[in-house]
Amino acid sequence: MLARLTSKWSYLAIAVLFALLMLVPFNWFLGHYTTLAIFIGIYTIVTVGLCLLMGYTGQVSLGQAAFFGMGAYISAILSKTYGVNPWLAMLIAAVMTGAFAYIIGYPIFRLRGNYLAMATLGLGLIMWVLFRELGRFTGGPDGMTGIPSLSIAGFVFNTPFRRYFLVWFFCLAVLLISQNIVRSRTGRALRAIHGSEAASESIGINVDQFKVKILVLSAVYASIAGSLLVYHLRFVSPQLFDFLASVRLVVMAVIGGLASVWGAIFGAGATRILSDELLLRFGQWDIVVYGLILMLVMIFMPEGLFVRLKELYERLRLRYKRREA
Amino acid sequence: MSTAQFVQYLVSGVTQGSVYALVGLGFTMIYAVTRIINFAQGEFVMLGGMLSFTLAVSVGLPLAAALIIAVLIATLVGAAMYLLAIRPAKNASVVSLIIITIGAAIFIRGLAGVLWGVNAVHPPYFTGNNSLSFLGAFIAPQAIWIIGTMVVVTIILHLFLTYTMVGKALKACAINPMASSLVGINAKTMALIAFVLAAAVGGVGGVVMAPFAFTAYDVGVMLGLKGFVAAAIGGFKSPLAAVFGGLLLGIVESFAVAANWGPFTSSYKDVVALVVLMLILLVRSGKLAEEERAG
Repeated sequence: MLARLTSKWSYLAIAVLFALLMLVPFNWFLGHYTTLAIFIGIYTIVTVGLCLLMGYTGQVSLGQAAFFGMGAYISAILSKTYGVNPWLAMLIAAVMTGAFAYIIGYPIFRLRGNYLAMATLGLGLIMWVLFRELGRFTGGPDGMTGIPSLSIAGFVFNTPFRRYFLVWFFCLAVLLISQNIVRSRTGRALRAIHGSEAASESIGINVDQFKVKILVLSAVYASIAGSLLVYHLRFVSPQLFDFLASVRLVVMAVIGGLASVWGAIFGAGATRILSDELLLRFGQWDIVVYGLILMLVMIFMPEGLFVRLKELYERLRLRYKRREA
Repeated sequence: MSTAQFVQYLVSGVTQGSVYALVGLGFTMIYAVTRIINFAQGEFVMLGGMLSFTLAVSVGLPLAAALIIAVLIATLVGAAMYLLAIRPAKNASVVSLIIITIGAAIFIRGLAGVLWGVNAVHPPYFTGNNSLSFLGAFIAPQAIWIIGTMVVVTIILHLFLTYTMVGKALKACAINPMASSLVGINAKTMALIAFVLAAAVGGVGGVVMAPFAFTAYDVGVMLGLKGFVAAAIGGFKSPLAAVFGGLLLGIVESFAVAANWGPFTSSYKDVVALVVLMLILLVRSGKLAEEERAG
């Protein structure tokens, strides 16, 4: 199932990551940070989609919060107002969001660069206005409360401890699927598109189709993450999906290194820790810091912070090896 | 709809549209010279408005002085943004530049939020608030200030671009950067001038608009988007086209709200602009893609 990893070190790194992740929510380890870790997992799922879209395909999305919000609101409305089983609601949300992305995909990808960025920004704002104004369904600016929890055969995910494992199960599944995609024929096609659309077209890659596929995939990821978010918070409001939410997602992707699947955990983690733990007291300062990060990272290391750190590590390892020999 | 109502909605549309036109002018200037879409354009408008409030009300400067200083500070921020964030990013890709200007936008917005808090403010009217009557419609004096300022700024800008050496150099740079650098026009200086002018025009838009509609630290995104729509209607080609685009957008918005039909209630006003944006982008997409490839 797994595409071959580059070295035994990658397996080891993943095994260590896995073990650490399993231990996080226990009180004697990092139990205090379980809720933070849940958020990191949820945002990692969205960020992976954005990384595939921006890093591998080279398409900007400044409206990823639209898909995130659709997943959240469709799940919330179906499961609370219409009493649909939460799992089914989550599935319907993912299918609807994916279908929506598919429908807008072809027209929107006729645009490139700056225009695509503006169109996605506009899309994000339209969705945000709709979440706010369709009060009959969405509860308006105040949002909705009392959304039911997910459960499996009587086992209810009603504590952070339980939801932690649920969220990270989804998160790791998404990461593994994405890693396989990146290392597959599709992944190579995506990188070719990033390099040059004309050249990819000439060797028989259906550029538009690949772009739309990735948009749909990233939308489905965002929708799943949105559903997990509302089943975790049991609350939803439009503020979670405003313009800044989309920008925050871009920050996560940028810190993680746009073209790096595993970097998404790093990006989402660093950003959530920054927001929730370090800057919470300082109010508006977090977007000031995000603005600075975006500018600095893009000016000095456009491949992203995580990718640069990885390079640095590789270089040090090589030097060490050489000295040994 | 009676004549009076028609005139009322028209005037309100032109007033709003004038602000969009000023933002659109900024977008067009920067894009023409540097091929950069400056996502922070709306923040200059926000800065102009918020600074004029602080200087006129909190500091207590005479209104005229407050307005001028507010525009100057917004202009300096524009220059700083170019020198500190855009120029150091040599050979950056389009995606990187988009992210950099977004970063600058939320940086400015965040600082404004820290400095001024989240509440909306209302700077004093330039010349009172006794509405004039015109064909049965009521027109606020501030609306006349807004429309008048837009007209004056457009004329000055047009004269500047047509009759001064620097203006001509800017135009040359917009038409063909390579050829203009061969005849000794420094593209970097031109880019700086474009950012300075765009920020100044945005700041002017901000100070005239703020007394009319309340302003707050977070108005930049929506204004930026609408200014972009204005510039996109004009095709990012000439400043006059952007002004036309801004006015058109303002009028469409105003009458969409006036129709008060189904989805077009006032809370959806912003959606009108966004739908217009989507339509323009899609209709023009073929042409835009070509330009993007060529530019």
